[in-house]
Amino acid sequence: MNFFNYFRSQKKKSAQVAKERLQVIVARERVHRDGPDYLPRLQEEILNVIRKYVQVDEDAVSIQLERDGDCEVLELNVTLPEHRA
Amino acid sequence: MAKIVVVTSGKGGVGKTTTSAAISTGLAQAGHRTAVVDFDVGLRNLDLIMGVERRVVYDFVNVINGDANLKQALIKDKRVEGLYVLPASQTRDKDALTTEGVEKVLNELAEEFDYIVCDSPAGIERGALMAAYFADEAIVVTNPEVSSVRDSDRILGILASKTRHAEQGKGSIPGRLLLTRYSPERVVKGEMLSVEDVQEILAVDLLGVIPESQAVLNASNAGTPVIMDENSDAGQAYQDAVARFLGEDREHRFLTVQKKGLFGRLFGS
Repeated sequence: MNFFNYFRSQKKKSAQVAKERLQVIVARERVHRDGPDYLPRLQEEILNVIRKYVQVDEDAVSIQLERDGDCEVLELNVTLPEHRA
Repeated sequence: MAKIVVVTSGKGGVGKTTTSAAISTGLAQAGHRTAVVDFDVGLRNLDLIMGVERRVVYDFVNVINGDANLKQALIKDKRVEGLYVLPASQTRDKDALTTEGVEKVLNELAEEFDYIVCDSPAGIERGALMAAYFADEAIVVTNPEVSSVRDSDRILGILASKTRHAEQGKGSIPGRLLLTRYSPERVVKGEMLSVEDVQEILAVDLLGVIPESQAVLNASNAGTPVIMDENSDAGQAYQDAVARFLGEDREHRFLTVQKKGLFGRLFGS
């Protein structure tokens, strides 16, 4: 982080930072809490499979299980690293 | 049919006991026979906040164990008609609250009272789980602060799965948010999560917002539930919360910065 970035990041209000951090952690904890037991292992395995082909971070894979009436939707999001030209 | 209400939060020090005292007093003031029960075994404090600490003879665990009957253990409030306190035990035995024992006492209370307010201890251990287990409704006390909000979310998860209601397949018990120690000045400056922020994260209905107030410490110093301080902001906010709890539609107050002039300070507003 350079000198100017330091001052720019200071501009974000602490309440906003708090909200963003909470949204992330609460969402993550809800998945673990409400989801089936196999979700964390599934996430781990998918991550490993993806890593065979692309180097991604630990948090590049997110799994969300949503219920809509009788229907359950497993949502899988993989953030791939930015393309280098 | 008595309604069992748990006042819970996960995190300690956010105002569960203050809230239990205020809400139970408010319900009794509205004419409902109300018992407020301290589930914090080993760390009894509701008696102090209610100002009845010197009248404790028997406690919750004594009643469970059959050392005393409920009538002997219940402390009648001298200020408000129809309000009774069941103090927690100071025993260090964590398993003193058995599911059967708690159920027996609550059933007996349910015959006498309209509302049973369960003051939960902090944490997610036995006492907290027992306070929530038989509840029909929950009040989740939260401070606009990261650890409190996260713990409240945790507690909401427990309310959704670990109550009798949930185990009978009836889903989560209705839980409402009571945001305490709210400081509109700091929210405006961007230093504190706003009520909208907290609601957005927790996704629960809002029962009330209690402003950060000197009246709360004054009330606990004196052993008078803060709701009885009718001139204070916190007292009024609790009165609103009780009215909403009883189904009244009241607008939320104390959400914006109050600019009180000398005149307002002298004559109240």
